[in-house]
Amino acid sequence: MVTAEDVRKVAKLADVGIDDSEITEFTRQCSGVLEYFEILDTLDQSKQLIRERYNILREDEVTPSLSQEESLQNAGQTEKGFFKAPRVM
Amino acid sequence: MAKTLSFNPDDSVHAFLTTIPEVTYGEGPLSGVTVAVKDNITTKGIETTCASKILKGYIPPYDAHVVTLLKDAGAAIVGKTNMDEFGMGTTTENSAFGPTLNPLDKNRVPGGSSGGSAAAVGAGLCDLAIGSDTGGSIRCPAAFCGIVGLKPTYGRVSRFGLIAYANSLEQIGPMARDVSSLSKLFSVIAGPDPRDATSVDRPYSHEPLKKIDGLKIGVPEEFFGEGVNPQVAEVVREAISTLESLGAETKPCTMPSMKYALSAYYVTCTSEASSNLARFDGVRYGPGLDSPKSWHEAYSEQRKEGFGKEVRRRIILGTFSLAAGYFGRYYQKAQTARQMVRDDFERILKDVDVIAGPTMPDIAFRLGEKSDPLQMYLSDILTVPANLAGVPAISVPCGRVDGMPVGLQIIGKYFDDERVIDTAYAFEQEGV
Repeated sequence: MVTAEDVRKVAKLADVGIDDSEITEFTRQCSGVLEYFEILDTLDQSKQLIRERYNILREDEVTPSLSQEESLQNAGQTEKGFFKAPRVM
Repeated sequence: MAKTLSFNPDDSVHAFLTTIPEVTYGEGPLSGVTVAVKDNITTKGIETTCASKILKGYIPPYDAHVVTLLKDAGAAIVGKTNMDEFGMGTTTENSAFGPTLNPLDKNRVPGGSSGGSAAAVGAGLCDLAIGSDTGGSIRCPAAFCGIVGLKPTYGRVSRFGLIAYANSLEQIGPMARDVSSLSKLFSVIAGPDPRDATSVDRPYSHEPLKKIDGLKIGVPEEFFGEGVNPQVAEVVREAISTLESLGAETKPCTMPSMKYALSAYYVTCTSEASSNLARFDGVRYGPGLDSPKSWHEAYSEQRKEGFGKEVRRRIILGTFSLAAGYFGRYYQKAQTARQMVRDDFERILKDVDVIAGPTMPDIAFRLGEKSDPLQMYLSDILTVPANLAGVPAISVPCGRVDGMPVGLQIIGKYFDDERVIDTAYAFEQEGV
């Protein structure tokens, strides 16, 4: 159903990391689950979905929030009041 | 005036991840009542990990709305309970900090994912507990540990401060040893909150009534079908007969969408998880990244180290379901199936007041028994429909098989949590 390459690619897209030692197990398990999902292919898709969804918006007013100190208190690395993250480029 | 109590439980079942030895509490309807809170619910100043290594050491700077309400009601919050990592599991074995044991048989699981909350209440370590239910995570451990657990109607309890796994499915709810105490806890936590846009202005102030004369109960044949332990089915059928003897009327019904419900659930929850869990990047919380490596490399390494296998598996499955070229094949079809589940409930609940069946297809599993993920997922078949539709559902103990408790599940109409609670109460007062 899914190949080891598919799993490797998706794991990379999702940034969850995957070892060579795990790839066989993950491929087998994900294949099993995705095969189970195939029951959805037998569904009648002609029926329109009811979409009673709407946004809940509020006025753009300042409301209480966390202080800078509180926001940074759980960060592993900070610098001059900012979060410090690895380089992106 | 603030009072204090000491909390030093003999936690031989590993129900708690964190305990508070000296608890301060105030006046109110729950004054001095000991309440445990699942570790995916944010508590100001108290470590909150979701039973994941990636959040080890995270001390939230704010309280979840339910925690504020509990404190205002005088509750003594005694600790944070163990769970499957981020709520992903049915046994509490997926905790990064080791499993919780079932207080009634330590070779068995307490159910999950709110297994620590159920075990803490079941073992009598505290009076009440708060859990969260995405696909059965309150009702399953309630059934396996022989206590009462309610998944409220979606929107009835604020999710502000609940660390999200699958927003469209999950609700916070009460767990207790009896229906009256559960009802009291529910009255404290239900109600609107502007910080959760999906919360609804439907507070709860109900005293359970045991009069169920004329109540119409739908009994779907699919809840007693393939995969359900016949002994469990038998105990639940007897419980439904007890409700009949109290004046309720039963009616057989069918739920054809049950065939698709589990797939719809797992496609939806893994998709939502893959998006929600992207925030765990180790920058704002977590161990911290300071490496000369590039962003993706450092991020992947951190998440591989910090997340357990089930969490990574669900993120992979969810990413797959949402990926270009697969969206139409999985996610879109899952939403059609979800609509079918809602339609089935609406159709059945036009004719009857509540639906009854088993909470779980079996009694508590032995530790390590469900090692294959799909086998584990299949055990959620009877609990996920209520989450897909958003309707309220309760599990109340109704007997035993091989010495282990069985839960009777009662599902109701939207915002009819009161009737679901009354039905459970009537059974509890007259039943085993």
